[in-house]
Amino acid sequence: MLRYALRRIGLMIPTLVGLSVLLFVWVRLLPGGPERGLVPPGASPDDIDRISAVYGFDKPIHVQFLTYVKALASGDFGLSIRTNDPVFSSFFDRLPATIELTVCALVLATVIGIPLGYVAGRRQGSWLDSAVVSASLVGVVTPVFVLAIGLKYVFPLELGLFFTQGRESRGSQNEHPTGFYLLDGIITGNLDAFTDATMHLVLPSVALASIPLAIIVRITRAAVSEVIHEDYVRTAQAKGLAASVITRRHVLRNAMLPVITTVGLQLGLLLSGAVLTETVFSINGIGSYLFDAIGNRDYPVLQGYIVFIALMYALVNLAVDLSYGIIDPRVRVP
Amino acid sequence: MSRHEATAVATTIAGGDEGPGESLWQGAFKRLRRNPMAIVGAFIVALFILVAVFAPLLTPYEPESREWTNLSTNIYVQGPTGEHPLGIDAFGSDMLTQLIYGARQSMIIGVVSTGIGLSIGAFLGLLAGGLGGWFDTIIMRFVDVLLSIPSLLLAVSVAALIAESQFGLMLAIGLAQVPIFARLLRGSMMAQSRSDYVLAGRALGLKRRTLVLNHMLPNSLGPTIVQATLNLATATIEVAALSFLGLGGDKPYVAEWGRMVVEGEGKITIAPWLPFYPGVCIAITALGFTLLGESMRTALDPKQRR
Repeated sequence: MLRYALRRIGLMIPTLVGLSVLLFVWVRLLPGGPERGLVPPGASPDDIDRISAVYGFDKPIHVQFLTYVKALASGDFGLSIRTNDPVFSSFFDRLPATIELTVCALVLATVIGIPLGYVAGRRQGSWLDSAVVSASLVGVVTPVFVLAIGLKYVFPLELGLFFTQGRESRGSQNEHPTGFYLLDGIITGNLDAFTDATMHLVLPSVALASIPLAIIVRITRAAVSEVIHEDYVRTAQAKGLAASVITRRHVLRNAMLPVITTVGLQLGLLLSGAVLTETVFSINGIGSYLFDAIGNRDYPVLQGYIVFIALMYALVNLAVDLSYGIIDPRVRVP
Repeated sequence: MSRHEATAVATTIAGGDEGPGESLWQGAFKRLRRNPMAIVGAFIVALFILVAVFAPLLTPYEPESREWTNLSTNIYVQGPTGEHPLGIDAFGSDMLTQLIYGARQSMIIGVVSTGIGLSIGAFLGLLAGGLGGWFDTIIMRFVDVLLSIPSLLLAVSVAALIAESQFGLMLAIGLAQVPIFARLLRGSMMAQSRSDYVLAGRALGLKRRTLVLNHMLPNSLGPTIVQATLNLATATIEVAALSFLGLGGDKPYVAEWGRMVVEGEGKITIAPWLPFYPGVCIAITALGFTLLGESMRTALDPKQRR
């Protein structure tokens, strides 16, 4: 298992190196050169030259690349053009909001999606199956921000339920030791703060969960309907095993492999969906940070965001692969 | 045996696992016609194409006219009337006209961007799968890197690079699709390269180029065509998302569905239908391409053949 894990981690390295080379090239392809992205519009040529010198864009390309790799390795993504704050620390300030949102969405999608997909897969062709499949199709084709705008209008404005702005009510004096508002409510024993944060989190989570939910339902359904027709399930039934044992040890365990991959892959989707959701619901996470960065052509932030997301993506894929090794012993054998 | 004869033999072997007189595509088409999901999908797609092509004939008004700004203010937006069946949009143009021309916009963007993604991606996949060796390694490592970025972010970073124009938008969405097509075509080419007819072709002394282009490529295209159909759905949604992120060009009143949702949201409290109509159009179009693509995938699945 350890060897498998190490080998798998080793495979990540070329991808990350490739990505950093790509980003290095990307910044140098910016219209007007890399210094263009670092100065506000309308800067004088003198200013641009000065910025060039500060960032070393006047040095030979291999020197630039070395400096760039060194900075990346030490977590230095540069300063935001607009706010002049270090990109890296801004990410960390905003990260809890995004993690809270994406985790809630992923939990929602998994907790609802797997049982629904399981039931639909077991009773293929029933009305329940058709209903689940149709609903998941609608989920896949509805753009996240359209759903978010719809939810935002229907619930708070028409029904007076939940909140749509930010993560807690304006003017709250709650303490936030961790930055995860739900957790903070529990740690500080402040039940009102917890409820308030939950009420703010419901609609964004639902909006963000819609597409992963639809995908998880479909994958689970497909996997289950394939596995229940396998010979080993029939054998287990012939042996007279209890239905619950067959479900748990034979059907679910085998059907979960593609589902775990899918759940892992949803993270990328969730992080790009978070850009849209956080913006619609004014949540101060890294998604809305990217939105502001796009509006301001804030390239250091954009660059940092891409590195960050790719790294997260790579780590999640690694976790998925490793969990494969645990669930399916065959994978460990090289 | 001449090269021509060798080709003919290889072709016969390639078609060997099908029933007599029925190719893979003929069989798939038969199965497609029996599938109600495929019919619904095809109907939506056909309707979408007709609306997009014949847009000027379907409405008496010009798109983006902003003729009725007095009927779309900050406190009042006119709803459905006899003259304007769906009312006025957020900028004072006829809503129905904007939606109809939006279909045209959506089709152009979808087709061009998927065309860009397909041609570059398929070319890379063909090189990787057909040539193999170090060429394959380099291309696939590059594709892996691109796949490590979610496609919307990839599109965002390209769109931020190139000047804000319609073509820039299409290029961004298209380039974001390149890795999927490359990986897919390379994968099915690899699967083909171990099959009997390729072996036979090689044994008969076919040139590699003939073998790859005339035999392996046509037999590998199925999944790629399915993916292209599905990507037309993704492209429709992604254009809307890029518009929402402010990368959709500098004309807010343009007849583009994503843009209409964004601008409509500003007046949602006085006219909730403004973002609703274009939102539904995006979803239905994406649904059509998704249904069609998914049923094509099932129809082309070898397990379905009897």
